[in-house]
Amino acid sequence: MKRTASRQLQYVLTTALAWSLALLIFFPILWMMLTAFKTESQAYQLSLFFMPTLESFHEVFSRSDYVSFAANSIAISGGVTVLSLLIAIPAAYSMAFFPTNKTQKILLWMMSTKMMPSVGVLLPVYLLWKNIGLLDTVSGLIIIYTLINLPIAVWMTYTYFCEVPKEILEASRIDGASTWQEVCYLLLPMSLPGLASTALLLLILSWNEAFWSINLSSANAAPLTVFIASYSSPEGLFWAKLSAASLLAVAPIMVLGWLTQKQLVRGLTFGAVK
Amino acid sequence: MHTSAHPALRKGTDSSPGHAASARPGRGTQRWLQSPAVVSLLLWSIVPLLMTVWFSLIRYNLLSPEDTGFVGLQNYQFMWSDPAFLPAVFNTLLLTVAVLVISVVGGVLLAVLYDQPFMGRGIARLLVIAPFFVMPTVSALIWKNMLLHPVYGLVAAATTALGLPPIDWLGEYPMLSIIIIVSWQWLPFAFLILLTAIQSLDQEQKEAAQIDGAGPIAMFFYIVLPHLKRAIGVVVMIETIFLLSIFAEIYTTTAGGPGTATTTLSYLIYQLGLQQFDVGMASTGGILAVILANIVSVFLVRMLANNLKGENER
Repeated sequence: MKRTASRQLQYVLTTALAWSLALLIFFPILWMMLTAFKTESQAYQLSLFFMPTLESFHEVFSRSDYVSFAANSIAISGGVTVLSLLIAIPAAYSMAFFPTNKTQKILLWMMSTKMMPSVGVLLPVYLLWKNIGLLDTVSGLIIIYTLINLPIAVWMTYTYFCEVPKEILEASRIDGASTWQEVCYLLLPMSLPGLASTALLLLILSWNEAFWSINLSSANAAPLTVFIASYSSPEGLFWAKLSAASLLAVAPIMVLGWLTQKQLVRGLTFGAVK
Repeated sequence: MHTSAHPALRKGTDSSPGHAASARPGRGTQRWLQSPAVVSLLLWSIVPLLMTVWFSLIRYNLLSPEDTGFVGLQNYQFMWSDPAFLPAVFNTLLLTVAVLVISVVGGVLLAVLYDQPFMGRGIARLLVIAPFFVMPTVSALIWKNMLLHPVYGLVAAATTALGLPPIDWLGEYPMLSIIIIVSWQWLPFAFLILLTAIQSLDQEQKEAAQIDGAGPIAMFFYIVLPHLKRAIGVVVMIETIFLLSIFAEIYTTTAGGPGTATTTLSYLIYQLGLQQFDVGMASTGGILAVILANIVSVFLVRMLANNLKGENER
C-alpha cells in the first residue's frame, strides 16, 4: 500500500517537473507563435489574452517578397537533397557491397573533411564564386551545401545499405540483372525508409544553414535564413511581422524534425547512436 | 575517431571477405561509382585551403588592388599583434566550452528525467527537442528582441515584476547572452542523442541492480553514466565541430560587440574579409582557425579514444 502511494507521488512529481521544464524550454517558440497572431502594438504588451489576427501574415506576404525568399529556400534545400543523394548513393553502394581494405579509411577521411571550419575557406570560395558568377545564385549555394553535407549523406546511406541482405542482390546478379537494375529495382526500394530519412536530414540541415547563405547571397538567391537576419537592423522592432515570418520559416522543419527524430539521431551521430 | 568502435565500420569489415568473394570476376569492385563523391570532396578539402594558405602569405586587399606582393609571414605577425585576435580566440574557446558543458550536463540530467514514466511524456519530449530545429537567425532574433530586450523584453518585465532593475543583457552581459542563446539551441540536440542512448539501456540490468539494493544515485553513476559514455563522446565531438564556427547568432545579435566582447574567430575573419576586404589578413585568420580546430579535435579524439578504451577494458 505504502509503496504504491510513494510511487504515485513520484509519478505526479515527475510529471510536474518534466512539464515545467519542457514549457520553459519551449517557451521562446510559444511566445513567437503567439506574437505572430498579434498586431504590432499588441506585440509590445506582454499579454497572453488578445484577439488573434492574421494581419502580420498578410503584411509579410504583401510588403516584403517573402515568397521569393521561401522559394529560394525550397529550391536550395531541394536541390541539395537531390544532388547529394545522386552522388552519395553510387558511392555508398560500391562501399557497402564491394568493400576493399581502403573503404574504412575513405569513410573516415570523408568525415574528417567536416572538421574543417567553414570560415577557413570563406575567402577563396567567395572570390572564386565571384569570378565564375556563382555569387548570389541558387546553384552557387547548392554546390557549397552539397559539399558540406556529402559526408553525412554517404555515411548514412552506407549504414542503411549495410543492412540490406547481400544475398538478395547476389541472386539478382546471378539471374543476369545489370548493376542499374539491381540498384533501381532492388536496393533502392528495399532501403527506401533509410533513404527517406537521409533526405529529410539533408533537407533540415540545408534549410537552417546560415553561415554560407549570409556570406554568399544577398538580393537574388537569399533564402529565409538571410531574410530573417535582415530583421536584426532597424526593422527588427516590428515584432509581430518578425514572428509571423519566423513562424512560417520554422514550422515546416520543426514538424519534419518531430516526425523523424529517431532517424535523425542516427544520421547526426553517423550511426554511432541508434 | 576510434575506428574499431564504429558499428557500421565493423560491419563493413566483417562482411568484406564474403562480399569480395561474391563479386563476379570482371565486374570489378565498382570503385568508379565512388569517384564523384571522392573527387568532389578531395577538391573541396584541398583547393580552397591551399588558396587560403597562399592568400595568407601575400598582401591582398580588394580596396587597394595595386598594392600586392609576397610578404611571407608578415600577415601572421600583424594578426598576432591585432588587439582583437587573442580575445577572439579566447571568446571562441569560451563559447565552445561553456555551451558544451551546459548541453552535456543538462542533456544527461534531462535524459534521465524524461526517461521516467510520466503523463504526456511523448509530447513533453517533442517540446524539449523543438529548439534544435529552429534556424539560427530566428532563435537569435527571438532572444534578442522579444526576450532579452531591455525595455520591452519579457525577461525585463519579469525582473521588474520582482522589483529588480531591468538589465540590458546583450549590452552588459554580451557573452553570457550569446552562451544562453546558443545553449538553448544545442542542449536539445544533446538531449535528443542522450535520450535515445538511455532508452537502449538494458531494463534487466537496471532491475538486477535495484534488487541488489542500488539507490537512484548509485544507479546513475554505476549504470546509467557508463552506458551513456559513448553517446556523450559523440555529442561532444559533433557539437564542437559546430560550436567552433558559430557565426549567425553573433551576426544577428551583437555583431561582435560591444567592442570585441563577442567577437569570435569566425566573426573576426568575416569582418576582416567581407567588411574591410582585406583578403590577406582574413585568410591568415582562416588558417589560424583551421589550426585551432585541429588542435581541439586532436585533443578531443585522444580524450574520446582513451574513454572508449577504458570502457572496453572493463
